[in-house]
Amino acid sequence: MLNTLIQSVKIATTSLLGNKIQSFLTMLGTIIGVASVIIIMSIGSGAQSLILSEIKNLGTNLVAVIPGQATEDDDFFSSMLSSFAITTLTYEDSIALSQSREIPNIMSVAAYSKSFGTAEWKSKTYSTSLTGTTASHLDVMGGNVEEGRFFNYEEEKSFSRVAVLGHDVKEELFGQSDAVGQKIKLKDYSFKVIGVMEERGVVIMEDFDAQIFMPIKTVQKMSGVSYIGFIRAKVYSEDIISETKENIKLILRDRHGIKDQSGANDDFMIKNTAQALDMITSITNSLKYFLAIMAGLSLAVGGIGIMNIMFISVTERTREIGLRKALGAKNFHVLGQFLIEAIFITVMGGIIGILIGIIFSSLIAVGAHLLGYNWDLIISLGSIILALTVSIGTGLFFGFYPALKASKLNPIKALKYE
Amino acid sequence: MTNLIEVKNLKRTFDDGVKTYALKEANLVIKKGEFVAIMGPSGSGKSTLMHILGLLDRASGGKYLFNGKNVLSMTDNELASFRNKSIGFVFQSFNLLQRTTVLDNVTLPLIYSDNKVNTKQRAKEVLKSVGLEHRLNHFTNQISGGEKQRVAIARALVNKASVIFADEPTGNLDSKSGAQIMEILQRLNNEGNTIILVTHETYTAQCAKRIIKLKDGIIVSDEKIKNRRKASVEDIIK
Repeated sequence: MLNTLIQSVKIATTSLLGNKIQSFLTMLGTIIGVASVIIIMSIGSGAQSLILSEIKNLGTNLVAVIPGQATEDDDFFSSMLSSFAITTLTYEDSIALSQSREIPNIMSVAAYSKSFGTAEWKSKTYSTSLTGTTASHLDVMGGNVEEGRFFNYEEEKSFSRVAVLGHDVKEELFGQSDAVGQKIKLKDYSFKVIGVMEERGVVIMEDFDAQIFMPIKTVQKMSGVSYIGFIRAKVYSEDIISETKENIKLILRDRHGIKDQSGANDDFMIKNTAQALDMITSITNSLKYFLAIMAGLSLAVGGIGIMNIMFISVTERTREIGLRKALGAKNFHVLGQFLIEAIFITVMGGIIGILIGIIFSSLIAVGAHLLGYNWDLIISLGSIILALTVSIGTGLFFGFYPALKASKLNPIKALKYE
Repeated sequence: MTNLIEVKNLKRTFDDGVKTYALKEANLVIKKGEFVAIMGPSGSGKSTLMHILGLLDRASGGKYLFNGKNVLSMTDNELASFRNKSIGFVFQSFNLLQRTTVLDNVTLPLIYSDNKVNTKQRAKEVLKSVGLEHRLNHFTNQISGGEKQRVAIARALVNKASVIFADEPTGNLDSKSGAQIMEILQRLNNEGNTIILVTHETYTAQCAKRIIKLKDGIIVSDEKIKNRRKASVEDIIK
């Protein structure tokens, strides 16, 4: 039996090497399919771990208050989208949260109002996002000032025209020269640069280096709005987050005149990072598996190519099959030979695909590192085993019918076949 | 001498819309150690008879005992196994595997065999007996037609078959190579092998010990040859 197997592999190799181009083209479907599954799984896992590690770096003891009513299914992204035009949260809400004696668990509260604008200094301009926030921003979100200082509580309240530049903003506008103390122009107003932030990079899809931080009331006045975008609060410990969320709800309902304590009429939502972690994990997971399945489909398409080549092979080798049967090959010998050949093609394709997949995934990881992302190269054994299993399965499935056809050939008809 | 092959009222009909009789009735006994030539014009049924005797095809009716065993009731896989053990084939068009060495071609029947022998050793032995020990690792497209047919003979011998069927073995060869093949077949017969030869060439048939002639699916004559021709290459060269 082992002898038969070795012989079959040998026959398969000779016949495949005899038709190099044909064999390669047949394998191509499997190669592309397997490589894309590996690459997609790797990119998915890499991106996921990148996002998750960023969130974890921020701390899992953060709570966000977003305006708008929570929908039934609690859809994170649709609520994010709808929150832009909702006007129910105010600067005073954030002050109330930070000063309330009823929430002893809150370490610090920051309010945000975002806008866009073009900063000018001398002949240089830079269009970017303006982050109106409170002096407590650094306490909540972290980050270090490289030069100068962040604005203080007095400046926050008094509509001061001061700006703290993100690292890239400073580089773009000022290059090597000093920024602190200079005046920049924003929407026809003049702002004094009082600080420059240290380089921080992208954190959860937000590029901290490309922002200009300003007192929140100043930004509200410039955009002509009275509401704010969202509030972030840092809690002493992750363990007391749900308690703290309930406390925040009570205070905000009281301030917004909402009597219904069930939450059905709330005009705000409270999320914490642990929830966001779960949501991002589930979203990226489903995206990853969806893409992997799409890539897997190309394996099936490749399988049809294999079936086609196997039929051609059976026809071309009809006389050989007849001869083998005349010399004593039983049906299962012939079936086995052609099945092994089909599996051989897919396994070879699978192995080449895995190698290409690993090479590309590594290149992507290297590229991401060059771009400054802390990207982990993750190639799971699971995805390799899956890819190999699927390719062997394709070989078996699509090779079976041609092999069966070969095994059933009548020896004398096959021998006489021209 | 024991009866190796015994057929009675053997028939073979083909039915592709119209019923045709390839073999109307054949009665025949072939003993161990015989050298039989089956002759006849094309369409006479000689190939059909050989295919049935060689267990490649099934008779439509009649009786066939091989070594006393009723082979007509066997399944396809049993027949394959039986062919493997008992029958060797030499075809007009050689039927060797391409892109494969001479040695691997000769070991082919042993792969499908149940009895464990040292396949390489055995294949080398038979290749030596047909004078091809210097061609073991050549590919089949690198050797001459006569050599190809000698590889086929070695392949037929490798399983120590009870009978060798040779279907027009010299048909694709020049006369010198053809004579060489007949020399080998005669020598094998002298060593005790049973050989059944299908041919339409009188010269080739006369190398056998007995000639059976077919016409329109019926055996018309069955004679022993008194002075059989000794196949010889020198004869041809003259």
